[in-house]
Formats: sequence, C-alpha cells, structure tokens
Amino acid sequence: MERVPILKIGEILLVSIQVDMSDQTAVALQEDLAERIVATGCHGVIIDITALDIVDSFVGRMLSTIASISRVLDAETVVVGMRPAVAITLVELGLSLNGIRTALNVERGMELIAIDRADYDHDETGDDPIPEPTASP
Amino acid sequence: MTSGADLGRPQAQTVGSDEDVVRVRQLVRTVAVAVRLSLVDQTKVVTAASELARNTLVYGGGGTVEVIAVDNGRRAGIQIVFADSGPGIADLDLALTDGYTTGGGLGLGLSGARRLVDEFDIQTAPGQGTRITITKWSR
Repeated sequence: MERVPILKIGEILLVSIQVDMSDQTAVALQEDLAERIVATGCHGVIIDITALDIVDSFVGRMLSTIASISRVLDAETVVVGMRPAVAITLVELGLSLNGIRTALNVERGMELIAIDRADYDHDETGDDPIPEPTASP
Repeated sequence: MTSGADLGRPQAQTVGSDEDVVRVRQLVRTVAVAVRLSLVDQTKVVTAASELARNTLVYGGGGTVEVIAVDNGRRAGIQIVFADSGPGIADLDLALTDGYTTGGGLGLGLSGARRLVDEFDIQTAPGQGTRITITKWSR
C-alpha cells in the first residue's frame, strides 16, 4: 500500500496528495496525520489536492474526518487546489464537505492559517488580561 | 477514427480489492478521454464509476466491471456495467435515497452516481445479485 508523505514546513503540516489513493491509503493518511499533529504540535494542516482528478464520497468523507480530528487536536485544516471540474462534480454528487475550509492554493491556505492563529493568540491575551499588580496594603 | 476497433470491444476489470477500484477509475478515465467527453463529464463519469465499483466490492462482495465505448449514431459515449452476485437490494427506492446507508458510509454512492450520468439502469433482487448499467454521452 502506498502512503502519502506529510511534510512539516514551519508550523504547518503539508500533505500533497499525488497518487490516485486506494481507500486503505486514505484511511492510513488519516491516522498518520493525527500522529504527526500530536508529535509536532503544529496548529495548521494544509491538504493539497491539485493532483486529484476526482474526489468521490469516500475521499470527501476522509477530508471531513481529517478536519474534525485536527480540530480536536488544536489544528486547523485547509483543503487547497481543488480543480473546477472536481468542485462541480462534488456538488452534484451531493457532498457539501461540511466543516472543511478551502483556499485556492497553498499560499492562500497558509495565509488563512496564519490569520487564524493571530486572532486566536490575540483573543487569548485580550479575554484574559494579565492583572496589573496591585499595591499591597 | 484511430483505435476505433479497440474501443468497440468491452474492457473488463474484476473488482476484488480496493486497488481494483483504483484500476476501474483509470480504465474509465482512459475510455472517457478516447470518446472525447469534456473534462467535467470525464470527472463526473469517473466519480460515478468509483462510487459504483466500491459498492460492487463492499456490498456485492466483489464482481466485475465492463467498460465500452458506444455510439448512438449522433453522439459518442461510454457505457459501464457493474455486476456482482452478492445479496442484491431488497428495497431499491430506499437504496436510491440520499443519505440512506447500510454500510456506514455517507449514503451518496448510488443516488449520487445516478445524478452524475445520463442513463442509469439497475437490475437487482434479493439473492440475485446486482447489475447496474450507466451511460454518459458526449455533448
């Protein structure tokens, strides 16, 4: 069985699917990615499907599952590079890819994750300000 | 008319593993390109074939897929037959409903595949296996 490589680029895990995946390969990717998120502590996952000439219901479900697993492990997933014909077919098939964020290419996907993370860090400090030291009586 | 003689003959692929589902996709893609379907129509018919070949494997316990180039005098097209001798489908209307599944999937395989092609014929009965024929015509 082929395995899809997972690359770490800075704080992001990049998965570029270059093969026509069998169902087993897709399931293995799900598991490998969960392990890598925990091992690296990365907060962003980009799945590049530029090379995929179809996305059927099995692969669609895998993408949704990966996004859910990543979220539970404190990482955002962005699917990038979907071909126009694939998008048309997916919608007609009835797959809505619920909960999946998309971007047109890897660069925009990285921007999306960076913006997300900046907001998140900002919220953390904004909602929970460090109290000013008070003078003790 | 290049390779017309080859195209007119059905090409068969047995489906016994999920690697075979990948092979079915590749075979369907090759014939869809040869009969000059548009890129969107190629994508639709390959996706439909992927769903139905997976059904043949998962629900039918394996079977065969036959792919043939067809011509109705006005348009060229691709016809694909998925046959298994599995348990068959008892309630066809229910099986063709979006979201209905007995296998833990999304329940879009059969209903979605039907939407992606021009013609969809299904012959099935409990204990008699399932035979699905789909056709996609060039525009």
